[in-house]
Amino acid sequence: MALLAAIAFAAIALHRGEPINAMWLVMAAFCTYALGYRFYSKFVAAKLLALDAQRATPAERLENGRDFVPTNKWVVFGHHFAAIAGPGPLVGPVLAAQFGYLPGTIWILIGAIFGGCVQDFVILLFSVRRDGKSLTEMAREEIGRLGGFVAYVAIISIIVILLAVCALVVVNALKASPWGVFTIAMTVPIAVLMGVYLRRLRPGKVLESSLLGFVLVLMAIWAGQWVSHSASVAPWFTWSATTLAVVIILYGFAASALPIWLLLAPRDYLSTFVKLGTIGLLALGILALHPTLRMPALTRFVDGTGPIFAGKVFPFAFITIACGAISGFHSLISSGTTPKMIRREPETRMVGYGAMIAESMVAIMATIAACVLQPGTYFAINSPAGIVGAAPEAAAAKISSWGFAVNAADMHALAQSVGEQTLYNRTGGAPAFAVGMAHIFSSTLGGQTLMAIWYHFAIMFEALFILTVLDAGTRVGRFMIQDALSHVWKPIGRTSWYPSILATSALIVAAWGCFLWQGVKDPLGGINSLWPLFGIANQLLATVALCVATTIVVKMRKARFAPVTLIPLAWLVSVTFTASWQKIWDPNPRIGFLAHARQLAASPNLSGASRLIFNDRLDALVTGLLMLLVAMILIESVFLWARVLSGRQQAVIKESPFVMTRLATEEQA
Amino acid sequence: MKPVWTTMRHAAKTLRAALREIFDEAAYERFLRRQNVPSSTSVYADFRREIESSKARRPRCC
Repeated sequence: MALLAAIAFAAIALHRGEPINAMWLVMAAFCTYALGYRFYSKFVAAKLLALDAQRATPAERLENGRDFVPTNKWVVFGHHFAAIAGPGPLVGPVLAAQFGYLPGTIWILIGAIFGGCVQDFVILLFSVRRDGKSLTEMAREEIGRLGGFVAYVAIISIIVILLAVCALVVVNALKASPWGVFTIAMTVPIAVLMGVYLRRLRPGKVLESSLLGFVLVLMAIWAGQWVSHSASVAPWFTWSATTLAVVIILYGFAASALPIWLLLAPRDYLSTFVKLGTIGLLALGILALHPTLRMPALTRFVDGTGPIFAGKVFPFAFITIACGAISGFHSLISSGTTPKMIRREPETRMVGYGAMIAESMVAIMATIAACVLQPGTYFAINSPAGIVGAAPEAAAAKISSWGFAVNAADMHALAQSVGEQTLYNRTGGAPAFAVGMAHIFSSTLGGQTLMAIWYHFAIMFEALFILTVLDAGTRVGRFMIQDALSHVWKPIGRTSWYPSILATSALIVAAWGCFLWQGVKDPLGGINSLWPLFGIANQLLATVALCVATTIVVKMRKARFAPVTLIPLAWLVSVTFTASWQKIWDPNPRIGFLAHARQLAASPNLSGASRLIFNDRLDALVTGLLMLLVAMILIESVFLWARVLSGRQQAVIKESPFVMTRLATEEQA
Repeated sequence: MKPVWTTMRHAAKTLRAALREIFDEAAYERFLRRQNVPSSTSVYADFRREIESSKARRPRCC
């Protein structure tokens, strides 16, 4: 296995100037995951965590049939994977492909094995040993009140930025696309129909109703083709970016403030159904087609001059790809529902470490989907008008001048084949991923005639589950704000009091809506500013999670194994702090927020300059604040480790007391 | 060694169980057992209210 891995890595690293088959990536990934799971996760389980099969888990001790339910490990694995798999592992690798396929692939594999999988695994186990406590509670108990506060602020910040980025990806995917807008609009009546089916006709039969919804969505995609070709109907669904942004902001507010479960719950199920199905389908497509990667291993943009986002491969590749390698957000899931379902401690290895491997595989598939495109096509789709120009000929000439040949006629033909008017300047990653996915699917099933259907299927799939993340995230953010403000004024914490619901919904929607509006109005496409901000926030949350994990490890008197969490922590600190520093202070206006604000201030005649300057300063402030908060928790943790290791402070961990499991004897009997 | 069809049947059962858990069908079944009531539209509405109160507070991953 190790030899196969070495051969595959050598092939993907040493191929220069010629296309390479995607199966080399698949082989390298498969071997790395197999070795990582078999040896490294076992080492972590045995030496660092000392998983105890005799110790009863909270699912067994506190079983109530509601939250605490001992569940089969494969079922928990599926449940956990469905919870952690979001748009991140699809969009991040597509954006990072501007550096070539090599940096992203290496980071996804190494980052997952030594960082992301370890984080998810140890946080899950520590939560299991603390009755399923959340990351914030563990940070407060193990590090101190500041730790809990920083974790809370990091979580709310990442939610706000995540929602803005997600909304921006949807806007960029659906703008001027009557087919896409029609399909997504149709999911509203379809979801309501599913809700009626679920509530009135067949209560509780979610799988049946999701299947029905899926068939109807496929019909809507088919009908979208007619809509886009109809001269009278198409204009109704041809929306500008600003119109889409306003509609999405109103949708987010309605989802948070109104009791519209008839729409939201069925759509949530439908989105999960489509997500799991599409990921499976994409894996089969890649295995069946084994496509050729057209993107070079490394592009000239490793020097930081990339058109999609500016900044060198270090640190920006490592914050652009979060969910596929290491994502702080996963620690919230690992300390949320999952620890309350684990039946036996040793099963945390397969659920925590294993599900993250599956997530990492999704990121590898996204890399492949982006890199099967001709590089010129990839850059034409993903580059903002502010960099390459809005006119097709100018954009094609600019991209060709970088050494990635593309011409306006080919781009027009591609747009026609996927049923779009244009594919230029479709920043955000989703359209490029959809074109790549359509290319893979249409090569295995249906040929070129189905290219447009597959493209819009991919767009629908991404938009649908991004909107689900958006409405669920807005409600979660609203609850968090209500909880926080209830310490100031108690009535605001009442989740059924309408003035509080409306006020806090408006607050959270205004927070992410402000960033979304900024992204929509940004001449550089918004992704250049917002995706790095999101990556920084997400990775800073991972830093908090690894601080908590390392603190517990030190208190467990296992300091000699602390490098297991300390090395990924040190790496993340260096990556996120470098990226944050550069995003605030770099003199290049395409990288540094403040330099960009200064550049705008120097050209006062530019329309809307004052708003853009405010946006830049706000972004710099948010980045600086996050960096400061995480630096505080890091310093507090380091002092705590020093006191514990030198014997000046007693190491007290807040684990639940040991209780012998009954399940072991039941299984033996 | 188990015959292939036994393994496949077991895998299919596990997959179905995972899907039922992801899509809350298993949670609804537990709810019915806990309340000791048969499935109906009003009982399902009660279940939805209970699940919404806990699920709405769960963050969704990116």
